[in-house]
Amino acid sequence: MDFIYYFGEVFTFWSFGLLLLGTIFGLILGATPGLSPTMAVALAIPFTFKLEPAQGLILLGALYTSTVAGGAVSAILLKIPGAPANIATTLDGYTMAQKGEGARALQVSFLASLFGGVIGVLLLIFLTPILAQWALAFGPSESFWVAILGVTIIGTLGGGSVVKGLLAGCIGLWLSTIGFDDILGTQRFIFHSSLSGGINIIAALIGLFAIPQVISMFARGRQAHDLEVINVKPHSLIKSVREVFSSFRALGIGTTVGSIIGLIPGVGGQIAGLVAYDQSKNFSTNRKKFGKGHHEGVIAAESANNAMVGPSLVPLLTLSIPGSPTAAVLLGGLIIHGIFPGPNIFRDYPTVVWPFINSMLIGQVVMCIFGLAIAGYAARIARVPSHIMAAIVLTLAIFGSYSVQTSMNDVYVMMILGIGMYFLERYGYSAAPLVLGLILGPIAEGNFVEGSMIANAQNGIATYFLTGTLNLVLILMVIASISYSVWLELRSSKAGLAL
Amino acid sequence: MLIGLWVAWISFTQNPTEAFLFPRLISTIFLALSIWTFVAAWVKTSDVSSTISTAMWINILPGLIIGAICVFWMGKAFGFYTASTITVFSLISYYDPAPHRQISSWAKRILVTAGFIAVMYLLFAMLLGVFTPRETLFR
Repeated sequence: MDFIYYFGEVFTFWSFGLLLLGTIFGLILGATPGLSPTMAVALAIPFTFKLEPAQGLILLGALYTSTVAGGAVSAILLKIPGAPANIATTLDGYTMAQKGEGARALQVSFLASLFGGVIGVLLLIFLTPILAQWALAFGPSESFWVAILGVTIIGTLGGGSVVKGLLAGCIGLWLSTIGFDDILGTQRFIFHSSLSGGINIIAALIGLFAIPQVISMFARGRQAHDLEVINVKPHSLIKSVREVFSSFRALGIGTTVGSIIGLIPGVGGQIAGLVAYDQSKNFSTNRKKFGKGHHEGVIAAESANNAMVGPSLVPLLTLSIPGSPTAAVLLGGLIIHGIFPGPNIFRDYPTVVWPFINSMLIGQVVMCIFGLAIAGYAARIARVPSHIMAAIVLTLAIFGSYSVQTSMNDVYVMMILGIGMYFLERYGYSAAPLVLGLILGPIAEGNFVEGSMIANAQNGIATYFLTGTLNLVLILMVIASISYSVWLELRSSKAGLAL
Repeated sequence: MLIGLWVAWISFTQNPTEAFLFPRLISTIFLALSIWTFVAAWVKTSDVSSTISTAMWINILPGLIIGAICVFWMGKAFGFYTASTITVFSLISYYDPAPHRQISSWAKRILVTAGFIAVMYLLFAMLLGVFTPRETLFR
């Protein structure tokens, strides 16, 4: 019950102010089509440098929570999901808005988000210390396999080609080795002086997530901006509360599916929303109403994608394995503040981690209140034309990457990686495994080198890394994640051929 | 595959061995996967259809060139705020679907650029205290 002890930390002037600021901006950014939660958090990291670690993380956590929920606003009022996690919300939310039930859809969406989000954060609070206790048994070999598992899971389960996911993970791991070797000080892969300090994680995160979206906005050319926001008519909040809690089946399925998917590293909110929607439809007595503006569809999707947020941080905080791409960016935010996630995180940084987790719990309530209050306005602000958005994001990316170490080299690296990522994305490669490789690379290498030294003094590398119960379990998990994804890919390609 | 080959070649030819132990491990897998992808693309079992059309290139290139000029030259030569002002205004003007012969549309572009740069100056120079290159203006 340590979290109760640190509850007061969230209510200091700065912490609570940042929580409010992060929530309001998150709702607006989330409602803006083309601005993903991952990119919003990546662009916000430079703004946290001047803050205390706990305050910086509170801001990032609030942004993460509210961008996911805010994505429902544009899904409902514009028929454009603010983030991939809100795709399922569009199916019934927009139809409800078309029928003049926009306010009802928004209210139901934010209330379901609140319920799912609170349950998700409670899971984070109670599961994290248990997993951390378990992870204390890890030595260098186990930590190495955990890092590799993180890259393979996010590479294989993130959707798309398994080989391309793993290849992107390998590129990330390789990029992490650029610069001076930590132990011997040897230069590695430095083919230009700007790389002598290695690749800065934050600059890379900004480049990999923001620049491809900027180029995608350029690719639309001089597209006329004709998004129409559906007008929201007032609706009784009490009726919506009753509606949400009487739809306990959709709420339960959404929350359970979201929590489970959040715990599986790399799967993400997009799948959570769609699976919850599908399962809710299967178990509903009003199955035929789904897709025609049924509130249960919105409840299932929104409770799922917000229930996913808390559990996605469980493997992140205890094992350094992010549960979603946004959690991977949060890992970069933690590292930049000198917080290295792992089994000892609650012992080493309790004054940072507990206020951060508590802020996510309170943030759910704040998000719901502000979401209900400003959803209609957020959708209007979010109608910023894509050419203006591209110029804004590009400038923020340049300033943000420069401010990390006040170095132009970081800006060059950000731009080059970003342009490269756009073309890689065109060929089916995803940024998430590449980022994870880049973040987990030093952890994997550090443990690999440390393990090799121990192994050389004992029975050799193979025996040290490939034997022992925990090592074998982790290796089997790596093989299982790859095999499962290969099977899924083969099955879908066969289905494609059959069609 | 060429990058994979290059990484593997450097990893296995450079010394000391200890410093390149981990890169050797990665580059082996990297090379194997890149050969797989290359062969899959060659025999067309992998999806390589997402190429960029000429129309897309025409849309992308001006923005990319303006962005690259800002990052690789103007940022340092003119300072971040001047470079950003020029870049934002150029991008907004080029990609704006509004008629370019209307004075009101130009006024809107100038206002948006000025407003945004003012916010950036407020955020980075005054609030965060980030000292960016300021060669020409905003000293």
